[in-house]
Amino acid sequence: MRPETEAELAETIKAASGPLRLRGGGTRAIGWSTGEVLETGGLSGIVLYEPGALTLVARAGTPLAEIEAALEAEGQRLPFEPMDHRGLLGTTGAPTVGGMAAANASGPRRVQAGACRDYMLGVRFVDGAGQILRNGGRVMKNVTGYDLVKLMAGSWGTLGVLTEVAFKVLPKPEAVASVLLDGLTQGAATDAMARALGSPFDISGAAHLPEGPEGAPLTLLRVEGFAESVAYRAGRLRDLFAGSAVRIETDPERNAALWRDIRDVAPFHTRAGDVWRISCKPSDGPELAARLGAEATLFDWGGGLIWALLPEGSDARARLGAFGGHATRVRGEGESPVFQPEPAPVAALSQGLRARFDPRGVLNPGLMA
Amino acid sequence: MQMPEPDTRVLSRKAQIVARLRAVLPDDAVIEDPAETRAYECDALTAYRCPPLCAVLPASTEEVSAVLTICHEEGVPVVPRGSGTSLAGGALPTADSVILGVARMNEVLETDYANRFIRVQTGRTNLSVSGAVEEEEFFYAPDPSSQLACAIAGNIAMNSGGAHCLKYGVTTNNLLGVTMVLMDGTVIELGGAHLDAGGLDLLGVVCGSEGQLGVVTEATLRILRKPEGARPVLMGFGSNEVAGECVSDIIKAGVLPVAIEFMDRPCIEACEAFAHAGYPDCEALLIVEVEGSEAEIAEQLGLILQIARRHDPVELREAQDADEAARIWLGRKSAFGAMGQINDYMCLDGTIPVSALPLVLRRIGEMSAEFGLGVANVFHAGDGNMHPLILFDANKPGDLELCERFGAEILKLCVEVGGCLTGEHGVGIEKRDLMTVQYGAADLEVQMAVKDVFDPEWLLNPAKVFPLDVSAARRVVAAE
Ligand SMILES: Cc1cc2nc3c(=O)[nH]c(=O)nc-3n(C[C@H](O)[C@H](O)[C@H](O)COP(=O)(O)OP(=O)(O)OC[C@H]3O[C@@H](n4cnc5c(N)ncnc54)[C@H](O)[C@@H]3O)c2cc1C
Ligand SMILES: Cc1cc2nc3c(=O)[nH]c(=O)nc-3n(C[C@H](O)[C@H](O)[C@H](O)COP(=O)(O)OP(=O)(O)OC[C@H]3O[C@@H](n4cnc5c(N)ncnc54)[C@H](O)[C@@H]3O)c2cc1C
Repeated sequence: MRPETEAELAETIKAASGPLRLRGGGTRAIGWSTGEVLETGGLSGIVLYEPGALTLVARAGTPLAEIEAALEAEGQRLPFEPMDHRGLLGTTGAPTVGGMAAANASGPRRVQAGACRDYMLGVRFVDGAGQILRNGGRVMKNVTGYDLVKLMAGSWGTLGVLTEVAFKVLPKPEAVASVLLDGLTQGAATDAMARALGSPFDISGAAHLPEGPEGAPLTLLRVEGFAESVAYRAGRLRDLFAGSAVRIETDPERNAALWRDIRDVAPFHTRAGDVWRISCKPSDGPELAARLGAEATLFDWGGGLIWALLPEGSDARARLGAFGGHATRVRGEGESPVFQPEPAPVAALSQGLRARFDPRGVLNPGLMA
Repeated sequence: MQMPEPDTRVLSRKAQIVARLRAVLPDDAVIEDPAETRAYECDALTAYRCPPLCAVLPASTEEVSAVLTICHEEGVPVVPRGSGTSLAGGALPTADSVILGVARMNEVLETDYANRFIRVQTGRTNLSVSGAVEEEEFFYAPDPSSQLACAIAGNIAMNSGGAHCLKYGVTTNNLLGVTMVLMDGTVIELGGAHLDAGGLDLLGVVCGSEGQLGVVTEATLRILRKPEGARPVLMGFGSNEVAGECVSDIIKAGVLPVAIEFMDRPCIEACEAFAHAGYPDCEALLIVEVEGSEAEIAEQLGLILQIARRHDPVELREAQDADEAARIWLGRKSAFGAMGQINDYMCLDGTIPVSALPLVLRRIGEMSAEFGLGVANVFHAGDGNMHPLILFDANKPGDLELCERFGAEILKLCVEVGGCLTGEHGVGIEKRDLMTVQYGAADLEVQMAVKDVFDPEWLLNPAKVFPLDVSAARRVVAAE
């Protein structure tokens, strides 16, 4: 099924007699659901783009590449650096706006700029009863009624099918530099990232690769902005870590490649095994990594995001034990749920919302459950 | 403004309800004497007042839970309250409601600089959160003008903003987690020291829900290291249009100021008369502030001034020192006080797309003439959040109603041009009946469905946010 308009989509959902499996680009195949595939690709195109107001509104099936090209032409970008899941999941196809929003996909810049949900200004969607609904708008400040935009972000198509999303966008910076620290242990890297993120130097990425491109550990701190400012802040960071092995990478292409690889967890692409994504308090990172005993790890978000490669069928949560945060199985299959189970009273609220938004349980059933 | 009739079954059981509350709270934490409940009869929307059944001031999450359990069993509506600075009537009681104030819950529970968060009880004031981390050169970014008085509780409920949210975002972008008590007394945790939700983003919907989904007792807030410095520049222009174009050009150029504030002539004149800030005689004035090291500030201001010069400014004034910086901000910061000196006023809060600024200001001017009421405009221009101040005379019969009608027309205009009714103050009772201008019946229905899930009996702050006729069926069921 591939409706061409919002109204057609609403009719399709209304008429559905069984489960529907929502599909944007088919690239973020996380979790399992049964049912007939409902594609959003027919709902495509940029509806409005006002660079001077930093706003872009697009239909949910619009390929992200189209959005990125339009923004690029005006020297702007989506600030939250959404990851591309294709390499990690071995999927093909073109990621869509709706899939990105429904996954709340955010990359390394999350620590500074915020998540996808923080840049979503408004949504239109069709709920499980086939009603066309909207929430939020296209302005940057809006507290009119409940914020269902945040609720739809990261709901993986379980509450409704997004048809249109309004984003706040930002100018692309003039320059970028990465301060590279060589050979740090996980503990030392976590401390270094905390010091950098707690400095006034506006870090837009802080990651640690226990096995860097050359095999040895590499810690990366990114600064972006006007050229002189970037040079100044990179220099101050180098001074902050005087005594460690520090290099500064200023080449735009090499920087782009370094951070793209972190964003997309490139070191895991060619390796077999399950991939888990753990969001935690950054300083808990080294301890949690030790408990995981993973075959490989990658730390982003100053250590607050751990990517872990585990043998097929492993249950990361059993290894982690109780901790503050959540773990999602991004790749692989197993007995344990894909999404972090919630404490009973919170799970009751989530299920209650799902029952209201999708009373017949037709949208991505089984997913996030 | 209409409020629902109080439930007589609750009123007649007042003694029993108060006795039950006294049994779970210290003596001085239950206030029922009419002379004392007067303190809770309104918030900063003072035109509307009503003393509550009683007020309670619990000191812990457990006490909040005990209070809500009792109110739930007794079928008593509860109105949560922080510091009572809401401009929308969010904390306005009804005669049959219990005011649940969190003012006694103002402790800092944890400060963690390595992980950049602070955990506080929500009765703590906004400014004192920044105060608690100041010695390490950190701060909490959302800075409503009321920050000396308003509590984190109200900030979360209203998703409050401030002058600096152009760069740092509003409350929801800086809130990591909450401890919240549901109406039936259940205590839940949402979020924490980690980022983003593992399941549905319930925290995102709780923020801005105006005390209708639960009582928030503790909050984990993101704190940031202070920038090395900050400096404002003041620019005067010959027309609102030109100032609006300048704002748009600055944004497009890739500079991200922390604040862009806009004042029109009536506002400039009032501030001048009141604060003597030395503002130029012009039609529109912008204050733009940037942050960073000395060199970074110079670089950004250089670019901003270059853009401003293309728009024939009447005046450009760069602060040379802290004193001058303070003087540039002086007028803006005293704007509300200044207007209050000359008149009664109603402060609106609609947001518009930045590109619609000149059109909207022109239309407001025309309407001002039609209604015969003056308007001064002061607002956060970078994000289109307008604060038109409509001047009226509270002692003149009919003037408040006229002012409210005028205000409603301005807000409708905001929606018409692609904006919204409220950018940071919230709906409360003030904009409740205008919700249908922005949202269709089904859009409101799905929002109310969220409340159904969190508070099935509709006991928490029930007469707010949704037009009374729209929520009537649900509130009737609640009262039975
Ligand atoms: C080889 C293979 C076999 C698979 N077999 C199955 C199978 O049998 N059953 C099954 O359920 N899945 C299966 N999947 C996964 C399936 O492709 C996705 O889980 C699901 O269809 C999401 O589509 P996507 O990745 O194209 O979405 P993306 O566009 O990448 O979106 C990511 C998430 O957002 C949701 N989404 C996308 N667009 C919207 C929108 N506009 N509004 C709201 N939500 C949206 C999607 O449902 C998904 O949850 C398989 C994947 C692969 C690679
Ligand atoms: C002079 C002045 C300037 C202002 N400037 C700004 C500004 O720049 N930006 C801005 O955004 N706002 C501003 N405001 C509005 C107001 O200060 C904010 O809305 C503030 O967040 C309210 O906080 P409070 O603690 O006073 O909340 P209250 O007024 O006590 O309550 C506000 C709402 O929060 C709910 N609530 C309170 N406590 C809880 C709780 N524990 N759990 C759940 N819900 C709760 C209440 O039920 C009510 O709906 C201003 C107000 C004034 C008077």
